[in-house]
Amino acid sequence: MIERTPLLNIVTHAVLIFGALLLAVPIWLSFVAATLTVAEVNSPNVHYLPGGELWNNLTAAWTRADFGVKFMNSMIVAIAVVIGKVAISAISAFSIVFFNYRLRMVFFWVIFITLMLPLEVRIVPTYAVAANALYPFQAILDFTGISWLIAQFSGVELSLEWNMLNSYTGLILPLVATATGTFLYRQFFLTIPDELVEAAKMDGSGPFRFFFEVLLPLSRTNIAALATIMFVYAWNQYLWPLLIITDRANYSTVVMELRRLIPGPDAIADWNVAMAGTLIVMLPPLLVVILMQRWFVRGLISTEK
Amino acid sequence: MADIDIRKVEKFYGKNQVVHGVDLNIQDGEFIVILGPSGCGKSTLLRMIAGLEEISNGEISIENTVVNQLEPRERGCAMVFQNYALYPHMTVAQNIGYALKVGGMRKAERMQKVEATAKSLGLDQLLDRKPAQLSGGQRQRVAMGRAIVREPKVFLFDEPLSNLDAKLRVQMRLEIRRLHRTLKATSVFVTHDQVEAMSLADRLVVMNAGRIEQVGTPEEVYHAPASIYVGGFIGSPAMNFLPCGVSDCGTFAVIDNTSFRLPVDPEIGRTIAGQSVIVGLRPEDLKIAPEANDPNLLTVAFDFSEEQGSGRLMHGRLAGRDFVLHSAGRHHPAPGAPCSLAIGAESVHLFDPTTEKRITVAGAKTGQTGTLPAAFQKTSDVTVSGAIQ
Repeated sequence: MIERTPLLNIVTHAVLIFGALLLAVPIWLSFVAATLTVAEVNSPNVHYLPGGELWNNLTAAWTRADFGVKFMNSMIVAIAVVIGKVAISAISAFSIVFFNYRLRMVFFWVIFITLMLPLEVRIVPTYAVAANALYPFQAILDFTGISWLIAQFSGVELSLEWNMLNSYTGLILPLVATATGTFLYRQFFLTIPDELVEAAKMDGSGPFRFFFEVLLPLSRTNIAALATIMFVYAWNQYLWPLLIITDRANYSTVVMELRRLIPGPDAIADWNVAMAGTLIVMLPPLLVVILMQRWFVRGLISTEK
Repeated sequence: MADIDIRKVEKFYGKNQVVHGVDLNIQDGEFIVILGPSGCGKSTLLRMIAGLEEISNGEISIENTVVNQLEPRERGCAMVFQNYALYPHMTVAQNIGYALKVGGMRKAERMQKVEATAKSLGLDQLLDRKPAQLSGGQRQRVAMGRAIVREPKVFLFDEPLSNLDAKLRVQMRLEIRRLHRTLKATSVFVTHDQVEAMSLADRLVVMNAGRIEQVGTPEEVYHAPASIYVGGFIGSPAMNFLPCGVSDCGTFAVIDNTSFRLPVDPEIGRTIAGQSVIVGLRPEDLKIAPEANDPNLLTVAFDFSEEQGSGRLMHGRLAGRDFVLHSAGRHHPAPGAPCSLAIGAESVHLFDPTTEKRITVAGAKTGQTGTLPAAFQKTSDVTVSGAIQ
């Protein structure tokens, strides 16, 4: 379509530039703040140009929040969530789309409605399960009287317990079990023509071969999109780690530790260090998004099949 | 050898029956074309042979083994799909070799076979391309290569040419025919294109609404259609049908102020005397008689025409129905003028109006052109007078 609308072009560019500034200015200001001294950052006039203290502030933030260990923890959690999420959603969507069994739609809707229950909403029951993942089974055994029977015959009191507090498992599993990825994959798998499935059947390929040799290669862009979203999502988790991690020295994540850099009411207001910490914490998700951007966009609009 | 035996096969989708008790025996090495309009169950039948659809009732056996419960891969069939169904992420070589890879063939041997197959199809320069970089005709060839390389007992084609342009379609048709001559594998080809069907088939299976209407060589189906449906479906433009009352053999009857005489086999003439029949006349079998208004002949006035290059399609009305004649050559009747039609005995197709089946009598031969028995030639002066009802 060829259009000549100079006035409209100016207006659209004005809107575009305004939007870009709206997003960029706070980031720029925090970057500038991270390069200043304590005195400068607390002076009443706002600085718009960077100073020379960036490296000092970064090292101060790094040591004060003990980012060495925490960075590793955050990486482990984010990467494990990405892998677990990609695997579980690909497999569940594969089952829902390509196999015909009873209650298939029921399972799909069960998965689907969890979209309406984000972690924050179900945080109390999720905490209960994380505290003892086997508690529901214990309840069933108690209720049916099986634990009583076992106690009668063997004299052993049955008490199942799997505690996930203060562990990577506890940090990771509740984040893996959500429906977004399944839904994304389902939508993609539905676009795979039936003929392709049938051609694979005629070629003698079983379901597993089909999954690994046809479906997964075809959904590379989807995997990239999902991985990007999940990495950022897992990296930015704050409430959940805060709740289940009490052993901060070993298991806390960078986002939790960022809280420590924010100066309290009675301490020195060293916002320059806090901002430097923010920059450090922001870096990995930013890199992931920039590196994956090309794939990420393609996966979401799924033009390339 | 790989003959296919289809016995009383039915297919239900829920309560909806789409294939009604089909019986068909396909000989080893035969090229069978299943022809019918969309929704007649032809693809479903093919997919039941392939193992992609469950068989609701009845049995299909390939090489005397009942295959009802076998997986597609165990049936020894290869299939070419309408939209080619190539794996988009694999190169041409990988696409062709995938079945062999799944079958566990070693890489060296596999590559050798893939290359040989690609060469025979003219694809050897394209082995490293992805399907997206190929033209429609090339994709079609890759789809064929994928089937050929497995050396299957049976080839199944599900309307493979319908996505190609007209010229390429003719070319691929020839190629498929040539391929069948070299490979001699049993082939089942589904199409709704009658020209394709006619030119490819050893035997043609015409289906309608889940039932087989007729099985026969293309000549048989064209020259002796077994029912009104087949007569109307095969041939373009379609056969003209005239519901007629037959008066006596060799006499005239007058209805609609027109009566006419048609030459038929005397045996048949005796059977149909005094009854109602439907007369089928192919537009291309009709000739315009030299005399314009012969009272013995069927007379039509054509009011408009379509130029075809090789001739002209003349359209008129007869007893309230459209009537078409294919006038070959360069000299055509003037529009509006009544023309009498000269009709040979072999061009008259008679159908029962209630069963819609062809009227035949043991020993009588109607509609067979080419080798008419000498005795039959004499019958052409026996006429049935008919009147259009």
